[in-house]
Amino acid sequence: MKRTTKKLLSFVMVLTMLMSLCSVFALADEGEAFKIGGTGPLTGGAAIYGNAAANGAQIAVDEINAEGGIQFELKYEDDAHDAEKAVNAYNALKDWGMQISLGSVTTAPCNATSAETFNDRIFALTPSASAVTVTDGKDNQFQMCFADPNQGSASAQYIFDQDLGSKIAVIWKNDEDYSTGIRNTFVEKAEELGLEIVSETTFAAGNDTDFTVQLTEAQNAGADLVFLPMYYQPASLILSQAAAMGYEPKWFGVDGMDGILTMEGFDPAMAEGVMLLTPFNADAEDERTQAFVAKYQELYDEVPNQFAADAYDCVYAYKQALEAAGATPDMSAEEINDLMMEQFTSMTFDGLTGEGMTWDATGAVSKSPKGMVIQDGAYVGL
Amino acid sequence: MKNMKLNRNARKNFITYGLVIAAYAILQTMSVTGSISSSLRGMLVPICAYVVMAVSLNLTVGVLGELSLGHAGFMSVGAFTGVTAAMALQNTVPSPTLRLCIGMVTGAVFAAIAGVLIGIPVLRLKGDYLAIVTLAFGEIIKSIINNLYVGVDENGLQMSLLTNKLALADGGKVIISGPMGITTIEKLSTFTAGFILVMLTLFIVFNLVNSRSGRAIMAIRDNRIAAESVGVNIVKYRLMAFVTSAALAGAAGTLFAMNYSTIIANKFDFNTSILVLVFVVLGGLGNMLGSIIAAAALTILPEALRQFADYRMLIYAIVLILVMLITNNPTLKGYLDVAKGKLTGAGKKPVPQTTEGGAGNE
Repeated sequence: MKRTTKKLLSFVMVLTMLMSLCSVFALADEGEAFKIGGTGPLTGGAAIYGNAAANGAQIAVDEINAEGGIQFELKYEDDAHDAEKAVNAYNALKDWGMQISLGSVTTAPCNATSAETFNDRIFALTPSASAVTVTDGKDNQFQMCFADPNQGSASAQYIFDQDLGSKIAVIWKNDEDYSTGIRNTFVEKAEELGLEIVSETTFAAGNDTDFTVQLTEAQNAGADLVFLPMYYQPASLILSQAAAMGYEPKWFGVDGMDGILTMEGFDPAMAEGVMLLTPFNADAEDERTQAFVAKYQELYDEVPNQFAADAYDCVYAYKQALEAAGATPDMSAEEINDLMMEQFTSMTFDGLTGEGMTWDATGAVSKSPKGMVIQDGAYVGL
Repeated sequence: MKNMKLNRNARKNFITYGLVIAAYAILQTMSVTGSISSSLRGMLVPICAYVVMAVSLNLTVGVLGELSLGHAGFMSVGAFTGVTAAMALQNTVPSPTLRLCIGMVTGAVFAAIAGVLIGIPVLRLKGDYLAIVTLAFGEIIKSIINNLYVGVDENGLQMSLLTNKLALADGGKVIISGPMGITTIEKLSTFTAGFILVMLTLFIVFNLVNSRSGRAIMAIRDNRIAAESVGVNIVKYRLMAFVTSAALAGAAGTLFAMNYSTIIANKFDFNTSILVLVFVVLGGLGNMLGSIIAAAALTILPEALRQFADYRMLIYAIVLILVMLITNNPTLKGYLDVAKGKLTGAGKKPVPQTTEGGAGNE
């Protein structure tokens, strides 16, 4: 009986091995277009970010290819927001012949893939993996988004400068590096500036549906501004539960909050008056943003969030750098890597998520965050 | 009769060793000559780690007969302690191989300690209750590591809980940083190290199962009251199997973590425990070779299905269901027995079973 099982299993294994070999031989012709690859959570709990980035990048690639001139071929592989799967996805992209990388969309997978791209000397520009560890000590890893510490301290600075609140409460997710990273630098900067933090409460994956304890504590402490360094799903629950208990402080969020207005089943009226720092505003008046938003809505039937805009900018930044360096698609990944490192540290780039962006040698971007407030279900510049 | 059975067991064990060695030899040659894809090469070490996980869980589930849903917790303990040890010794022990070994031993020891601590209360329970409590312990381990901060400087290791209160001297570095986990792992794991760990695991498990203790463990599985009545020390033998299983999982955790530059506690959650349990159930309870094959096949399968893009995980699930159904289908098993009978000439098992099934269907 057991032998039967064994035979069947070995058959399945042989089949899978053959399939994995097939994918190796299916390499496309080289030399026509630059092969850009990226990994992101196209499935699973963080899929909204991965798909947004993949869609945004695809729009940019289609636009650039239609212009003639420099040509791109884009491939996104699913990493399900997991470091192990991200490395697998990265290896699959390497087999495909990737020459330049868009890193990974989320932080933990990008920590893993950035070490791989660093070792393999493939240049990577991540749209949205915001931890410092992604670029730290790796000379060919660059970011299109703000690093977490910048966001935390920029938020504290902003609250201080605009005198938005005197008693601040912070609710953060203590098992997530994104949330913890921003909270740490926020608290540090707030102390430095003399902002008073009256309540600090946490939650974690698995107990992120009921926030009455955290909100009651903030309310009892008399907080008039609540800082929410987190993604939009828990934030949406916090907002609606606070409304239900009649607690109405000022709310201040971070770029992960972007997307709350388009979330299914969420009443945008709840988010009225929420302030956040985000580099991208889908309601901006300028022509490029409007064209991008219109295109995105036409193709994917939703308003693009910051992740889509970041990925879109990444592809255009690559275009600008490749053109300036005179790179050709027949170059190896390593040759392109050296050219890109030179270009990115010297060029200035204008994109949807900021004007006059520059990168320093550590790979961190320098652009100014835009303060936004939600009014009548739309972002308005502060 | 008894003699024959022992021989059969021994033969089966040697076949398992042989197949593992052959697989290693082939893959290593292909890897050196560069004839395998980056994709497959990247999976070699994780496959070894999952094989060790599956074989060690099979010791608890198949041999001891208790359902454990917290096996990833031990992997987590092993991963974090092992990597911490290897990183802390970076300046004192120059040889990377030696550091990997120290890491794996440390991982195994700490996982074993966790196994004892958890085993003492848990093994007083049985069945569903035991399963649920192991699940809870797996989650507790995850929560603790998510809130643990460990750093090293010239004065040695420092740690703090909940928030980063480490006061490191100049030149010190943070190793475990709460939810960010470990982000600067030096990749020391190699396929050869993984292969050696798999062989060692098989050696330990086969020898334990075929020893006096192993027979006591299986006696407890088959009939606890009968075993107790003939004087088998229930707690001792259950703990022995449980802790051995935990220690091997710890070593696998270190091997796994050292293959990536970063590791976070949330990786070792309930899903990972279930994944390993799927390997064991698919490979057959108590069947070590089955566990090895299932672990390897199910690690490669999702990657091999990448060409199906969005439908990948759907197809993975369907394949899983089909394999589970097919391996438990008596009619198909009958056909396979016939095929086997023809291949080996004189079939050991009587064939009528097939015709019976066939007649029923017609």
